[in-house]
Amino acid sequence: MPVTTIAEHQVHVDAEGFLTEFDEWDPSLAPTLAKAIGIELTDRHMEVITFLRADYKTQGETATTRRTQAVGGFPIKEQFALFPGKPGKKMAYIAGLPKPKGCV
Amino acid sequence: MSEDFVVPDFGSSEGTGRHLAIICSKGNLDMAYPGLILANAALGEGVQVDLFFTFWGFDMIMRDRADEMAFSPAGNAAMRMGNVRMPQALAPAPGMTGLATRMLKKQIADLGIPTVPDFLEQIVASGGALWACKMSADMFHVTEADLRDDLSGIINAATFIEMTDGAQILFI
Repeated sequence: MPVTTIAEHQVHVDAEGFLTEFDEWDPSLAPTLAKAIGIELTDRHMEVITFLRADYKTQGETATTRRTQAVGGFPIKEQFALFPGKPGKKMAYIAGLPKPKGCV
Repeated sequence: MSEDFVVPDFGSSEGTGRHLAIICSKGNLDMAYPGLILANAALGEGVQVDLFFTFWGFDMIMRDRADEMAFSPAGNAAMRMGNVRMPQALAPAPGMTGLATRMLKKQIADLGIPTVPDFLEQIVASGGALWACKMSADMFHVTEADLRDDLSGIINAATFIEMTDGAQILFI
């Protein structure tokens, strides 16, 4: 995996640009990652990101939008508003997690 | 692009320009899910999705039927109990549909997959549109009052074909 510099952090990324090491992410990276995909990060975005990080730690995989609603309490409609177009993948990218694998 | 690192290409936030039309014509529980799962996946990828419910697919959008959809092993040669193929002679036995339905519902729930009504609610929240077939409504003597609140409308087949001009069409 190539190493790159994002917001003065040395991080490992895959070919698409997703961070590959859970522990290399910290919250100070989030605004830069968000901006790179056209999202101006707000506190509400960070609440979703914080849930995804915590959930990944216990589950070992990235929560789907369904799980982010059912367990995290963030309505699907709001997820689409916060992370337009492809919410599941965009949330994962900003959170420094792999793309969700679940179908639903 | 101003970043000096690789950024995933998520396309436009306005959507991909891709449009998927899914025609749901079956009222068996196991045949409800393929359309729902594909619709949900497409919406999550920024694809515009319209679902058209016709014939037995009406059970998916009827208030008092969606939770009662059932699965029968009859006529399903792939049905197995564990790893053993289930003899078709057993399939029509009394109680078999109820048993198979309970098993399927449990397996679906164990995977965190929503029930049919909840799944449709999620699809609408994700920007998908639900349409009911006018001919089926007339045939079954069904009005909008019998159907989900979040239905976009009862339309004829020609209207659906017109509104899905250029879309990819899936018939289930």
